[in-house]
Order: sequence, then C-alpha cells, then structure tokens
Amino acid sequence: MNGKATVDLPAAIRATPAFQLRLYVAGRTTKSLATLDNLQRICETYLAGDYRIEIIDITVSPQLAIGDQILAVPTLVRRLPEPIKKIIGDLSNERCVLVGLDVIQAGA
Amino acid sequence: MDEITGGGLPAGRPTLVCGTAGCGKTMLALEFLVRGATQYDEPGVFMMFEENAAELTANVRSLGFDLEKLVAEKKIALDYVYIERSEIEETGVYDLEGLFIRLGHAINSIGAKRVVLDTVEALFAGFSNHAVLRAELRRLFRWLKDRGVTAIITGEKGDGNAITRFGLEEYVADCVIILDQRINEQISTRRLRVLKYRGTAHGMNEYPFLIGATGFSVLPITSLQLDHQVSTERVPTGIARLDEMLGGQGVYRGSSVLISGSPGTGKSSITAKFAEAACRRGERALYFAYEESSAQIVRNMRSVGIDLDPWIKQGALEIHSSRPTLQGLEQHLVTVHDLVRAFRPDVVAVDPISDLTMARDESEVKPTLMRLIDFLKKQEITAIFTCLTSGGEADSAPEDSQIGVSSLMDTWLMLRNIEFTGERNRTIFVRKSRGMAHSNQVREFVLSDNGMDLVDVYLGGDRVLTGSARLTQQALEDAAAALRGQDHQRKLRQLAAKQKAIEAQIAALQAEAEAETEEVHFAITQETLLEKTTKINTDAMAQLRGGPQGANGHAEEAP
Repeated sequence: MNGKATVDLPAAIRATPAFQLRLYVAGRTTKSLATLDNLQRICETYLAGDYRIEIIDITVSPQLAIGDQILAVPTLVRRLPEPIKKIIGDLSNERCVLVGLDVIQAGA
Repeated sequence: MDEITGGGLPAGRPTLVCGTAGCGKTMLALEFLVRGATQYDEPGVFMMFEENAAELTANVRSLGFDLEKLVAEKKIALDYVYIERSEIEETGVYDLEGLFIRLGHAINSIGAKRVVLDTVEALFAGFSNHAVLRAELRRLFRWLKDRGVTAIITGEKGDGNAITRFGLEEYVADCVIILDQRINEQISTRRLRVLKYRGTAHGMNEYPFLIGATGFSVLPITSLQLDHQVSTERVPTGIARLDEMLGGQGVYRGSSVLISGSPGTGKSSITAKFAEAACRRGERALYFAYEESSAQIVRNMRSVGIDLDPWIKQGALEIHSSRPTLQGLEQHLVTVHDLVRAFRPDVVAVDPISDLTMARDESEVKPTLMRLIDFLKKQEITAIFTCLTSGGEADSAPEDSQIGVSSLMDTWLMLRNIEFTGERNRTIFVRKSRGMAHSNQVREFVLSDNGMDLVDVYLGGDRVLTGSARLTQQALEDAAAALRGQDHQRKLRQLAAKQKAIEAQIAALQAEAEAETEEVHFAITQETLLEKTTKINTDAMAQLRGGPQGANGHAEEAP
C-alpha cells in the first residue's frame, strides 16, 4: 500500500465533498481491510457521493501519525466538516460510526 | 542517585517513577534523558502526554537544560501525544499500534537508547476500554524491553496504598521508584525511595532530593563509607590560649568542631575569630549565618576586635546569611554543597546549627549534619559549628540540647555563663577533643574591645571564680601576700633583737665568770700566802726552840 492512497469514489461530483475522512491503519492486515470495508459500506449507504477517504498506513509513513495525534489504530479522522472528530476501532458498529460522524444524532 | 540504586537504572529495561503531582517525576525523567544525551552519548526520546514540547522546553530551561539545542542535534526527540477525549468515538476493536509506531519512529530517527513516557496514565483518560489499554501497555513495555532501550515511565500516585492510580506497577516491575512530597511544619521536602529493583542491592531508605538550579540531586542519608582521608596537620583557632588548651596547636585540619553554649556566651565570636584566623593564614573561609546578616556580623565582630571586612573585600571570606526557615533542611544542605564546591574554602563555619531545628525536628537534623560533616571531611575542610543550648543554667545536663550531634564532632568546646556575686561571666572548657592531649581546665573567656582572651580562673573553695569575683579574689590574695611579707619582716626583726639580747646576756655571763675566776685566784693566792706565812712562823718557832742555824737558814729562804 502506498503511503497515501486516495480512494476517489465514483460520485466525486462536487469539487469539495462535505465529508473529508482520513483512515489511519497499521499495515495491510485483515483488520485494516475489514475496517476499510466497513467504512466504505457506511459511506456509500449514508453519504453517497459526498465524501472522500484518504487512507494512511502509518507503518509506512509514521511521521503522518504525529500530525493527527494517532495512537490507536485503526482511527478514522473526520477532517471536514469541522470540528475534527476521531473514531477509533474497526468501525463494526455502524450506529456508533454515524453518531461519531454526526450523520445522525446520538439520541435518534 | 546512582549510589542508591547501586549503579543506576536498569539498562534496557523499563523503570516506573511514580509520585503525586508536582513531586518531580517529569524532572527526574528529563534529567535522565538529558544526562544520557550529553554525558553518555545515549540519545533519548521523550514522549509526553501532558505538556507539549514548547511548554516542556520552556519549563526546563530554568534548570539549565537546553532542549531545543539537543533536539536540533538529534540527541533528544520530543513527541507530544495529545488525546482529546471529546473528539474520540470508539467503535469496535482497536489497538495502540499508532503509539508503537510513533515511538518506534522516534527511536529510529535518532537511534535512541533511552525513552521516557510521561505520563502514560493520561491514556486512561483518553480511552474508555481499559482492558484493551492494559493489554496494549503490557505489550508496549514488553516491546520496549525487546528493543533494549532504557525506559522511564512516570505515573501518578494512586489513592490509598496503590502505587499508581491504574496499577501500572503490574506491568513495569523491574524497578519502581517512588517520589513523594511532604509538608512538615509548612516546609516541604521531596523524597525518593526505591521501592523495588530486581537484581540489585538498592538502598531501602527514603532519600531527600531536590530540584535545584542545576537539576535533580539526591542526597544519600549518609555517605555509605567512612573512608575519608585524615590530616595530621593542625589548624590554630586564632586564640592562642585556646590552642594551648587543645594540646598547644589547635584543631586538626578537616576535623569538626562544635561550640555549644547558652545565649551570649561568645559562640559566634569564637567562630568569627576562627574564620578570621583562617583568612590571616591565607586560607579561605565560608561562614553560614542563620541568625545575623552579613553586615551585622561584620559590625558586631568589630566590637570585639575582629575585623572581617577586609577579608570579605579580598574574597577570602564569604558570609552567607539566610533564615533557616527559608528552605527545607535538604535545601540548606544542597546550598552548602553548592557554595562549598564553588568557593573551595578551607574552613566552613555554620552558626548556629541549632537553628536548623526550626525547620525540622531534631531527628532529621542529625542525619543532615552527619551528611554535611561527612561531605566536609571528604574535602578536608575544617568545620566549625555552633549550637545554642537552651536554658541558662549550665549544669543542667547540657548534652540534652546538642541535637544529638556531639558524637559526630571531633572537638567540642563548651561555653558557659557562670552567675556569681551578681554578674555573669563566660567560661570555656574543652569537653572533648579527639586525638590530642587537651586541657581539662576551665578558663575564663574574656571578650573586650581588644579581642578575646582566656584567663585562668581562680578556684576558691568548690567553685571557679570569674569576672569581678576573680578580681576581688586577686586583690584579696595580693593584700594577703603583702601582709604576709610584712609579717615575715617583723619576725625577722624580732629574731634579730632576740639574738642581740642573748648576745648581751652571754657577755654579762662571761663577765661574771671572769669576775668569779679572779676571785677564786685571789682566794687561792691568799690561802697560799697564809700557808707560807704559817710555815714561816712555824719554822721561826722551831728555830727559836731548836737552834739558830735552822732558824737562820729558814729565815734566809723566806722572801
């Protein structure tokens, strides 16, 4: 995997998608891949076309982990919209991810 | 520090340093890194969870560590790990591989041999899944060991008996150091204790430590060995008669002298004289005063003929005045250490040590003094301490108020005020003096404009006489001597007169004897004459009766 792999999903309709996400993983492990699968599924379902995902492998570029204060992996960072949000874990709990991304309200 | 742990921290293994807030964990860890980087060429990584790099750099600059320079030279890497709980949502399983990778990256980038994690417990606030966290920390410490780096992990002291708040000691068990900050009578002391250290014989005691101007310093309770050099050279005290009492030559160089006495017995004066004498010999003296300011000492000592001012100006004497309550006892000790190292004196005076008890209770003063004395002895510095004894009346067991330090001292001079016939007078005697034939006599100690001197006391009856009583006694004895002198002369005169009388008598008797002799001679002559006359008469009678020739013959013989 490249240090920075940009996965532009088909519906990159707008120049700047509303959701800019960055996923930090450590190596191409099954856990990393499972997390990416989960993320893509959720995004397709709820944010179709309005998102952009960057994947960063910190084993390849460890210095990038410092900028976003990454300790736990996998970590999903929502860079846009503000404020920055972090979601750690394999994103298997869809509801938690959506709450974390402010796609749905916690109480809803 | 290395002395206590028996050689330093375990190389290649993690050490836990824990303690309450503000007790110096970060300082200890940082000093470890900086010393490693600057003195042992072991680069280090500082991973902080509480302060950011700029704050830390600013904070430690006051202690003389230039982190920026070390970072620029790639001797130290700073990594600030920031966890904002509110930003983080947890979904599903995760691990802390990110931390490992960052740490690994930092270690690799500078080839670090030392790692500090300060304070790893902050992670517990950032992640809610403690089970994962614990497992990850265990893995982290294992991983650090495998990489062969020496690590310090700091942790907050937990409530109650827990060593750390989150039980970190379970994971990092090779060496545990506890720091503690205690406040005793408004003065705080920091203490360090090595709780466990696998595979070394470490000191079990609590050791006071300080964060001074030059960083972190640990003070062993006592020097571990009594192996200092001793000198046979003697140092005069500056008071000739006092030297006489001390076997004629004063005290040994590098020995410790205690001067104890009640208020106003002249302790400080002797101390000042001692310092002045050292300066006169071309030596350097350092004077720690806990009661008077430097200027006050100079002024007061001038009144007894000791002029310290020129020596201060020449730089041979330094007076360091402070209130004992200014600092904790250990801080004082470190101040003394630092000043002694900087000034390199031959004589150190501390006036008075009893004031140090204001800052601490007596049980702590003794070990402190012991350390101080050991330190000074190692440097062959003659030390003079004064000690205020409470209570004016001298005979009431003065040992009680010596803070139990007299056994540490080589020479102990006692000053006493003796109150008698309406005045108080100073006396001095040598209570002990190791290794010399010292005087056992009490002397009167006289302070005057001309300086100080020791005067023999008069022993009258069962007490020593001092001051005006001594003068009175002296006058009395002088008068008595004069009287006795006159008496002798009178007796001699009487004798002469008597002799003359006897001689006269002898002359009279002789005259009498002569007279008697003459009389006896006269009587004898008379008798002889009478006899002759009688014989003549008889012969004449016979001639007359017998014949004329007989009578003629006889008559011709008679004159």
